[in-house]
Amino acid sequence: MADISTSAVDYEDVQGLIRFGHGKLSRACFYALQIRDAAAARHWLRQAPVASAVVRKPLPVSALQVALTARGMKALGVPSAIVASFSPEFVSGMAGDEARARRLGDVGNSAPSQWRWGASQRTPDLLVMLFASAEAWPGTEAATMNSLWREAFQSTACLRAADLDRNEPFGFADGLSQPEVDWEQSRVIRKDETEYTNLSALGEFVLGYRNEYGRFTERPLLDPVAGIDLPTALDAPQKLDLGRHGAYLVIRELRQDVRRFWQYMHAQTGSAVEASRLAEAMMGRTMNGEPLVQCGGRSIQGIARTPENDRLNHFLFADDPNGERCPLGAHIRRANPRNSDFGGPAGGPVSRLMHSLGFAAKEWRDDRVASTRFHRILRRGRKFGPNLTHEEALRPARADDPERGLYFGCVNANIARQFEFIQNAWIMGAGFEGLTGERDPVLGTRSGDAHMGPCNTFTIPTAGGASRRLYDLPEFVTVRGGAYFFLPGIRALRYLATVGGPSLGQSGG
Amino acid sequence: MTPQSSFMVVAPIRSEREGELRRVLAGMNRANGQAGPLNPLIPFQALESLHFARFVVLDDSTTDDIGVYGVPVPTYPHALAFLGDIDGDRDVFMRDLVKHAGNGLRQVFLCCEGFTESTDLVQWMDEHEHRPAAYYVNWRGRTMRQIREEAAVATAVASYLRANQTVPRQPPRDLHATLRRHFEAEVAAGRLTLAPEDPTPLRWWIAHAVNLVALPLIALVLLPVLLLYVPIFAYQLRRREKRDPEVIPPLDPAHVSRLAQMEDHELTNQFNAIGSVKPGRFRHWLLVAVLSLIDYGARHLYFRGRLARVHTIHAARWVFLDGGRRVLFASNYDGSLESYMDDFINKVSFGLNLAFSNGVGYPSTRWLVLDGARNEQKFKSVLRRHQLPSQVWYNGHTGFTAHHLERNARLRRGLQSASLSDRELADWCRLL
Repeated sequence: MADISTSAVDYEDVQGLIRFGHGKLSRACFYALQIRDAAAARHWLRQAPVASAVVRKPLPVSALQVALTARGMKALGVPSAIVASFSPEFVSGMAGDEARARRLGDVGNSAPSQWRWGASQRTPDLLVMLFASAEAWPGTEAATMNSLWREAFQSTACLRAADLDRNEPFGFADGLSQPEVDWEQSRVIRKDETEYTNLSALGEFVLGYRNEYGRFTERPLLDPVAGIDLPTALDAPQKLDLGRHGAYLVIRELRQDVRRFWQYMHAQTGSAVEASRLAEAMMGRTMNGEPLVQCGGRSIQGIARTPENDRLNHFLFADDPNGERCPLGAHIRRANPRNSDFGGPAGGPVSRLMHSLGFAAKEWRDDRVASTRFHRILRRGRKFGPNLTHEEALRPARADDPERGLYFGCVNANIARQFEFIQNAWIMGAGFEGLTGERDPVLGTRSGDAHMGPCNTFTIPTAGGASRRLYDLPEFVTVRGGAYFFLPGIRALRYLATVGGPSLGQSGG
Repeated sequence: MTPQSSFMVVAPIRSEREGELRRVLAGMNRANGQAGPLNPLIPFQALESLHFARFVVLDDSTTDDIGVYGVPVPTYPHALAFLGDIDGDRDVFMRDLVKHAGNGLRQVFLCCEGFTESTDLVQWMDEHEHRPAAYYVNWRGRTMRQIREEAAVATAVASYLRANQTVPRQPPRDLHATLRRHFEAEVAAGRLTLAPEDPTPLRWWIAHAVNLVALPLIALVLLPVLLLYVPIFAYQLRRREKRDPEVIPPLDPAHVSRLAQMEDHELTNQFNAIGSVKPGRFRHWLLVAVLSLIDYGARHLYFRGRLARVHTIHAARWVFLDGGRRVLFASNYDGSLESYMDDFINKVSFGLNLAFSNGVGYPSTRWLVLDGARNEQKFKSVLRRHQLPSQVWYNGHTGFTAHHLERNARLRRGLQSASLSDRELADWCRLL
């Protein structure tokens, strides 16, 4: 068999969102839609000017991306056997069953039954994501929502993002750390990575390419039929790959209670400076983004050596094993533990063997956190709501106080192993790093299970003494909606918009 | 030290009474397969040395798989398995069990073949006992009594620190002294008890020592033969590995959903998987050897908090069924199934492959330890497909991960020590 591990990516066929965050396009709206008229929807999707991942100069002033839910595929008339061959999490949906909601921490105020959109009858069929510069916005939006759109779709939720700036609603610098996608497929994927790497296998974010196990993540493969224009599967050249160049897109509307957040910090500390310190301990970074652990001394694969990265990204938590600088349960430690497959350094073959057999751990609490490289996501969210300064946040809200938060978005190839694992085991994990009665201090739901009581504490380890512990943390973040989408390759999108129509290939492409 | 042991009673179900049996079992639950701790049929919590227990209907949907080898497909009647993990001697526990739950057990076993109103319960359960081929316990000697007492200590310390918020800011020596004073006062007042360890039974020591030397001794005696056998073994193994078919059909979403409904209600979960051993003597004896090795490792190497690199398993066992033709794997672990499988794949794929690659349909291995579970999605699919729900599951230390139990034990030891070195003191402070 030919070497199939380094087949070049056809950027023309990849939706731009996977490669770019469209960070130069300051305005965005995500339209969660249901299909009103399948024929009109297919027509609209076939001609939609979907932005590819090709680098264009000058930069385009707008970008359109399209993603579908399983329900949307069915509404478009895609054969159910094809829909069923997508991943089980996608088919079932984010709000698809109670067990999933429990795992994701979508309980209490964040339960799907409380959502604004995304559950049962409010599950969207598709998501149209529109990005544009402020100047180009009015024209772009008008051109997108044309008469065919109105015939085809009805709105489930219109997620209008705030204009892009550097901070998320609580006031922290945001979007500082992302995995570096190995588009060139240059990294040799080993069975055991003894160092943390930020360079992620392409197949972690784009279906149809090798993932961190060196394998191809499952996705629908079709028998070739004349008239179908789809890429072939690299691991099965006789098959057409409906997944190739596509990815799963997770969208969640997260409401952030900025007032409650800062009011809690103040009540615990009594001064603005100390309140910020406490919030920073919870986040694991300072307000302007510097990590609380020593930064700059480490060289990490997949993080360019720039002064900015030396200040913000060249760090490992191995330098702070007890969490005395950055608390063990801080948000950035949970979201990305930055460890290797061994959870610590490993030397030669003997040392590796000892590691594998479990004889290398020095401290009883070593090696508790799963290897990071199998659990990465590309974040593609945008915030919403007007900014609120620290001082304003201390005042009570007016009756018409607008909501603030994040339209969390992430791209991954395996929802269960990537997004759901991070959310369940790390963000919501009440046993993460051996902590007790706590989840992510910023994002976590505070409800426990029937046995362990509420998860509303936060532990700040202190060098040479007992930890400082905060009690009765309220919930700062509530889930208001969400769904799992498939962000198809562009040819796959045209195919999905065609296959359910009256005769296949009639107006494909 | 009181060593842990296990029991597992397996009996075929009278087919006409399976519906009734399932209703009786469901009657013990407060929800979704989770046992009511003091349900009237079997008041699990009243059994003070019981860590975990479960009832599982062995309804194996994968028995047809063996047909891929062109051998006749056996039919196995549905059977009921009742298993648990306990402190001390099995026989003592079983008598205690019958005392507390005799009527409930009778009601359950009346739905099984060979059990009548007049059957002697203890004797019948002894006759239907299935000893594990390999058995792992997270921490040998950590009894339920100790777990309860240490949990009370941890709770008392936590509430004291919460109520006296200047105490955590004391210098470590003062902090230790303060907490020790509080602790001793609580003990004196009878609000905390810490019973000393019971002596280790002599019989257990002897058996343990015999086991320790027996396997190496047998290996030593057989060494010349084994060495000669190695090339033949390699040939036999590789020939099979190359042609053994994988059986990995798409998962039934309803099956997955039924299993998921029972999971993640607390920090710890239960897991059962059943499957047929690949046909032929080679695979059978290989599996016997591998499980003996795992059992030996669990007895003599891995009895202090981790099985190789996996530290989230409270208890696990492999049990031969039907004269060795099938195997049941049953465990109690912390976290979600996804994270459990992640540990399996990323940390101990070699161990998983050693044991499970002798099962029909497992993802292809090389040299017994390579590939297999590293084929991540196929492995997860196989595991889920072979998984069985526990109709009733009881966890005696719910709310505590294995990590928490160890933390509590260390906290208690520190409180009982009058003097700690600087290093010990620093480590101990981190527990608070």
